[in-house]
Amino acid sequence: MSDTVLTPAAAEPQGKTRRWSEGLGLRCRQHSGILGALALFLVLYLFYQLSHPRGFTGPILIQNANEVFALALVSMAQTVPVLMAGLDLSVGAVMTLVGCIASHLVDGSPAEIALGIVICLASGAACGFVNGCVVVYGRIQPIIATLATSAIYMGLALILRPTPGGKVQEDLSWAVTSDVREFAATFGLFDDGEAAWLQPFAWIPVPFVLLALIILLVWVPFTRSVTGRTVYAVGSSESAAYMSGLPISRAKLAAFTLAGLFAGLGGLFLALQTSSGNADIPQAGAYTLNSIAAVVIGGTSLLGGAGSAIGSMIGAMVLRTISFNFRIFDVAPLLQPLFEGLVLLAAVSIGGLRLLRLKNKLEVFR
Amino acid sequence: MSRTADTIIAPRSLRLGPDDKPVVFAAGFVLLILLVGTGYTLYTQGSAPLLQPQYLLQQLQVGSFLGIVAAGLMVVILLGHIDLSAPWTLTAAAMMATAVGGPWAIPAGIGVGLLVGIANGLGVAYLRVPSMIFTLGMNAVIRGLMVAHTGGFAPATAATDLMQYLAVSRIGGVIPVALLVWLAISLIIVVILTRTTLGRAIYAIGNRERAAYLSGIDTNRVILIAFALSGAAAGLAGVLLAGYSTKAYQGMGDAYLLPAIAAVVIGGTNILGGRGRYLGTLVGVILIVLLNSVLSIMQMPEAGRQIIYGCVIISMLLVYGRGDRVTG
Repeated sequence: MSDTVLTPAAAEPQGKTRRWSEGLGLRCRQHSGILGALALFLVLYLFYQLSHPRGFTGPILIQNANEVFALALVSMAQTVPVLMAGLDLSVGAVMTLVGCIASHLVDGSPAEIALGIVICLASGAACGFVNGCVVVYGRIQPIIATLATSAIYMGLALILRPTPGGKVQEDLSWAVTSDVREFAATFGLFDDGEAAWLQPFAWIPVPFVLLALIILLVWVPFTRSVTGRTVYAVGSSESAAYMSGLPISRAKLAAFTLAGLFAGLGGLFLALQTSSGNADIPQAGAYTLNSIAAVVIGGTSLLGGAGSAIGSMIGAMVLRTISFNFRIFDVAPLLQPLFEGLVLLAAVSIGGLRLLRLKNKLEVFR
Repeated sequence: MSRTADTIIAPRSLRLGPDDKPVVFAAGFVLLILLVGTGYTLYTQGSAPLLQPQYLLQQLQVGSFLGIVAAGLMVVILLGHIDLSAPWTLTAAAMMATAVGGPWAIPAGIGVGLLVGIANGLGVAYLRVPSMIFTLGMNAVIRGLMVAHTGGFAPATAATDLMQYLAVSRIGGVIPVALLVWLAISLIIVVILTRTTLGRAIYAIGNRERAAYLSGIDTNRVILIAFALSGAAAGLAGVLLAGYSTKAYQGMGDAYLLPAIAAVVIGGTNILGGRGRYLGTLVGVILIVLLNSVLSIMQMPEAGRQIIYGCVIISMLLVYGRGDRVTG
């Protein structure tokens, strides 16, 4: 958010190093949420890898990446409306619906598969666009509008998949859920993945590559566009954004559409990972609720205006790593929800400590 | 029911005030549901069971559990907060009530709800954690506690006779006791919201907490009390539901959260807080319950039910729940 705002201050005649370090300090403060989540994730994950009997090996990393991917994307989807001080309760349902579509369409010849993937992503974006239309033109509060549309999307998913099943193309499924070498080998790229220059990257799980691509090609350009800036501005103060002549309606539509697209990507991956579609209402609800938790852990304010999808991705990793640790330490499965809840409560309650620093009591009420 | 400022100024006017519109439209929709359902049964069976008082009373009895949850939830929504911990508060109260048994069963159940509500209130008011996320976490914690307590199975303990009486019995074989409990809770909520300073404070905080604080309201205490009320209501609903099904079981509250939110919102309560009448929530609950019942009479599959459910919420809100245009 800071780049354009910083420029005048940075242009002042000061020592170059000083300017640089001040900029770094400011950046650290602005991204303290993400950095905190990242530190938490690294500690938890290092702990997990150290205690795992087969720690620091490729298969473990790939397995973890696969388990993280869908939640990471659904959390990124949730971030965009939250930045606008809205909430999208339909992300889990969109994910499920797209997963069910994928279980019908992503099979057959390469052309059919490509078309299927395009249809999947388009329907995810379309679901998000419908949400946006209800919010913008219907002027209904996002939380309640998406609660209603999520019921509709689940209904559609149930029509498509009354019982779990379906099929996706196996090669593709295998390729995206393993590492880069296997991906290249499956499709005969780069000497079947044995090209010398590829070796330093060959161990990276494909889901991580996909996440990085999505962030670099979709999220970063979005935040740097006028529309993306407007999403942040609307979250900070909608009336100020309106008075500044920013395209509010366009930003809201774009935000929900992008959320639908991200959720759709998550659903597509889930279908590839499980090789099936399943219109599971509790699972969709769990993904939606976990996405909110991931967004908060990732440092995005539920009041809007501050945060980033990258933080939410890390938040999703934190949530998943907690359950990885449960597996290692053989915590009775019955106790897992208890610990998950306690960790979530502890993580958000630490934010309450900031109240101690406030000098003006009125700042408590935003 | 309360008289709003509008009706006092223009009592004879037929123009609907902003707070009356949802109630009238929702009530109209209830009649529409009954008409469509009756048309369906007349066509398929040649009878009209939906219009018999027996059927309506039974729906009200089933609806009273949802109604009590919605009543508590409405108080929290009026503050501009939300309580997502209702499902497992309800379940925990049911499980504890059946586990304690005897004369202390019902106080134990309500007490569990009260405790959860107070914990929620402390987190939301004093730690200033967004209610959405704090109550979500509480829901997970209670679920964890209950699953650990029961081992993941439905507890073997049964509901006491008093609980079953409250949930199942009918006075004179006609009026369900559960309905009376719901009406009693409704009366308490209406009195709190319209006749006490606490009620005024709740609306004030929902409109602008900063202004409420500056006018001398202890906003943290009010938030705490509101969440405690919501928790206690969910606890009472759990006790009744355990009485209705003679025992507690895992996930018994899962089907109550979203319908309760929908009922409150369809009844015209602003999800951002500060506006709404209890009468609306009452009609909203009846609407949801009848809609569910008519859809199951029509043997609608789950998919169609979900779609209709979503469409009804959106179309109702498009009629009267639209926000203002932002104009700076």
